[in-house]
Amino acid sequence: MSATDRLTQDPEHLPESADVVIIGAGIMGLATAFNLAQQGMKRIVVVERSYLCAGASGRNGGGLRAQWSSETNIRLMKQSLEICADFATEMRVNVWFRRGGYLFLARDEARAKQLEASAALQREHDLPTRMIGPEEVRKVVPQIDVSSVVAASWNPDDAVVFPWPFVWGYANACQKLGVGVFPFTDVLDLQTSGGRIDAVVTERGTIRTPLVILATGAWSPELASKVGVSLPNWPHRHEICSTEPLKPFLGPLVADLESGLYASQSMRGEIVGGVGNERVPKGLDQESSSRFLGLYARALTRTMPIMGGVRVLRQWAGCYDLTPDGSPIIGRVDSVEGLVLLCGFQGHGFMMAPIMGKLLARHLMHGDEQALFDRWSLRRYERGELLDNESMIIG
Amino acid sequence: MGVSDDRDGLLTGLLNKDLSDKDVSHKDKVMVCRCEDVTLHEIDEAIARGHRDLESVKRYTGFGTGWCQGKQCVALCARLIVARGGEPPSLPITPRPPLHPIPLALLAGLVDDE
Repeated sequence: MSATDRLTQDPEHLPESADVVIIGAGIMGLATAFNLAQQGMKRIVVVERSYLCAGASGRNGGGLRAQWSSETNIRLMKQSLEICADFATEMRVNVWFRRGGYLFLARDEARAKQLEASAALQREHDLPTRMIGPEEVRKVVPQIDVSSVVAASWNPDDAVVFPWPFVWGYANACQKLGVGVFPFTDVLDLQTSGGRIDAVVTERGTIRTPLVILATGAWSPELASKVGVSLPNWPHRHEICSTEPLKPFLGPLVADLESGLYASQSMRGEIVGGVGNERVPKGLDQESSSRFLGLYARALTRTMPIMGGVRVLRQWAGCYDLTPDGSPIIGRVDSVEGLVLLCGFQGHGFMMAPIMGKLLARHLMHGDEQALFDRWSLRRYERGELLDNESMIIG
Repeated sequence: MGVSDDRDGLLTGLLNKDLSDKDVSHKDKVMVCRCEDVTLHEIDEAIARGHRDLESVKRYTGFGTGWCQGKQCVALCARLIVARGGEPPSLPITPRPPLHPIPLALLAGLVDDE
């Protein structure tokens, strides 16, 4: 095994300067670092507070879908799915990519209409999404109790993956391109000089740099505030659990917009899923609760009664990074030159990261995708011009 | 070497060896996590790729994520990592509830008291 097969570098050897420092070695930060390096940028450093996969990239359900209600999300996720479908071959790491589709259940007419409008928009973008009735739902997943299902939106091309190897795949690819990935290197402060980013102060030393990308998900407001930037995002704990492994039977990820339930079968056979729980207070909290297990078990056994006999092996939690209008906050910040945001992905950052890392790198180096970076800029909050809410956020 | 807690003696054979064990042959056949079939060879490979702490090696190899959730293997894996120059853990892996596997039908009866 050669040195380039490593995923991380010894944090004792942190460099004293860099052309860019990316904070956060989750999939967002690593995808950005990889794409910047591929585009020819040198002296890229990624620092991570903890171990790889410690944050939301290691705690999500691994769903990848192009079924969204907004044109922007549909367009981006179509491209992200293409990257993910080729990821194992490109990066030489098994990510357990499985194209089993996503099935969104509607239990009332209003939700059915909402899904129908989204499905029509998705078809305009050449997705095969269509509305199906209860009988066809039973054909796709015979275990679903369709007695209160009005209709469902079905895209057989959506997928699930095992999230962790994406992080390792990007980390390894970064390493091969000369990017330094440093775990266990907590950022204590950001320094500016004359309104420009000047240095990142970590627990292991200071790195002088003119460019900082905050890819810290739910931790972004805390870091941005160190240079006087106030972000409107807030962290929200979401829980998830995994059952004993079963033989493969569940094709799609099944989601229910009413309860916020989602569940899919991983390639190792476990049923992995979560449920909406809006009563969780805001805050950086990754503790598990028994209340979640009750909510999830009720929602899942209502949808698939046969699951009652299946045992839960473990539960965990991670933080969604929510914004008031449900859209991310990305790109350069007007008040601090050299500060770039990549946050506010509403608990769906994992699936967005492969395309967002690519677009941010191209944007920073060549000015590509200006319209997207204007649309999702922090400026809309400063001007009070919020976007329409995305209606297909689950969990 | 403290192996007194190894009541069934299953691990004694391995633990009595030098844990940095250059001399263990067939490392791909030595199981360190019996739920998830993780081998000694996979622990070595995780460390060679730069994972140096218990949580990282757990994720990279999958030890401790099966039926027993690490109750049987975590102490052994921690010792193997330390013997290979990894970080001595200050805590075991984060314990993930429930303590034992519980059927969803039973969990569905949890009272929502909040």
